[in-house]
Amino acid sequence: MRRFFQVAWLVMRKDLRVETRSWEMVSTTLFFAVSCVLVFSFAFVRGGRAIEGAASGILWIAVAFSGTLALGRAFERERYQDAMRALLMAPVERSAIYLGKLLGIVLLMATVEVVVVVAIVFTFRAPLFAYPGYLAALLATGTVGFATVGTLFAAMLLRTRSRGVLLPILLYPVTFPVLIAGVGGTVALMGADPNLDLARFWTALLLFFDAVFLTLALWTFEPVMTE
Amino acid sequence: MMAMSARLFSGLLAVAAIMFVGAPILIVGAPYESTMGLIQKIFYFHVPSWIAMFLAVFICGVSSAVYLFRGKASADRLAATAAELAVLFGLMGLTTGPLWAIKAWGVWWQWDARLTMALILELIFIAYIMLRAYGGPGSEKLAAGLALFGMANVPFVYISVNVWRTIHPTTDVLPNLSASAPGMFWPIVWCFLAFLVLFGVLLMARMRLEALRARIDAIHLALEA
Repeated sequence: MRRFFQVAWLVMRKDLRVETRSWEMVSTTLFFAVSCVLVFSFAFVRGGRAIEGAASGILWIAVAFSGTLALGRAFERERYQDAMRALLMAPVERSAIYLGKLLGIVLLMATVEVVVVVAIVFTFRAPLFAYPGYLAALLATGTVGFATVGTLFAAMLLRTRSRGVLLPILLYPVTFPVLIAGVGGTVALMGADPNLDLARFWTALLLFFDAVFLTLALWTFEPVMTE
Repeated sequence: MMAMSARLFSGLLAVAAIMFVGAPILIVGAPYESTMGLIQKIFYFHVPSWIAMFLAVFICGVSSAVYLFRGKASADRLAATAAELAVLFGLMGLTTGPLWAIKAWGVWWQWDARLTMALILELIFIAYIMLRAYGGPGSEKLAAGLALFGMANVPFVYISVNVWRTIHPTTDVLPNLSASAPGMFWPIVWCFLAFLVLFGVLLMARMRLEALRARIDAIHLALEA
């Protein structure tokens, strides 16, 4: 068990080291996410006031879009010189490799989300910091859910043609519950009369989603990645 | 074996044809529902098409798991067939639903729990077919993974969309139908059975096509060797 987490940790550290040499993924994903928020603010902020409830939707759209971009790029790197094959040939549990890649993606998405939340607070004047603990819990559970499914799909699409197009096509329908719960929870926190019970319900649903899909992904990674 | 399944197929096809010819006669004879009137009769095809879709989703998910962990090619063929049937019967439900909704609710579409869930499931299985069509060699395993995730997703989609207030007719109408409206009970049972037989016929036809395709591939390979 200790070795399993050691391998996952090493894979994550490898991804972080590659990333910190160029900062390519962080900078491009951040730029894309902030551009998303700006594009939406042109559409939904009129006369200095945002349409009610728009900010929570845009937060999760930015998370989903930038997450997809990061997922595609994270695994595209593994294609160079067949790095993924080398990883899979290592005498370790394959699910540990999956967990390592997942941790790297979650860390990247979390970094982007911090900036996106601040950008939305500025552009939409949204009271996102009213309940920072609740929002952090929603974002954490939502990001893990999205990345859990996304990491598996992006990994398995490595071998296929037209993977750039197929990743969002496969990913969004399966992660709709994450987006519905994320938006629902954020709306519950931001209204004139915040509904904390509802926010807790959505966070609990996301936590349950994470547990089920993480188990399923760890279970299926090995057979799906076997050629 | 092939001749026996061909006979079974012809028999089922005949039963399906007879049942679908008989269905409109029974539906016309069934009493009108007091508030919805004529438009309620669309339920005789709408509800069975959803049942057939959920059956297809279940078969696709289970056979995908069998293919992933046992590597049986026949399980993969069954999963691919079931996914296509899920999309087909889902489209029937998504067509008959709005036809009813425009009369009953006055709008073609509502963001109601069951409608949203049906739409999301339909999207997942369209994505499955796209993955198999455009993914190239090796996409069968990936499609199996997607089907497994799709099936596991059903309760989450259901709960998440159910928190929004639903205006759909509730499902406990059907189990109590024999007592509350006996005139409607037998026509709907007939339609359920007709759709199930049709499901079986289509499943057999598509499976046979895939088996023949696999045989042709094997012959091609043998000739090239």
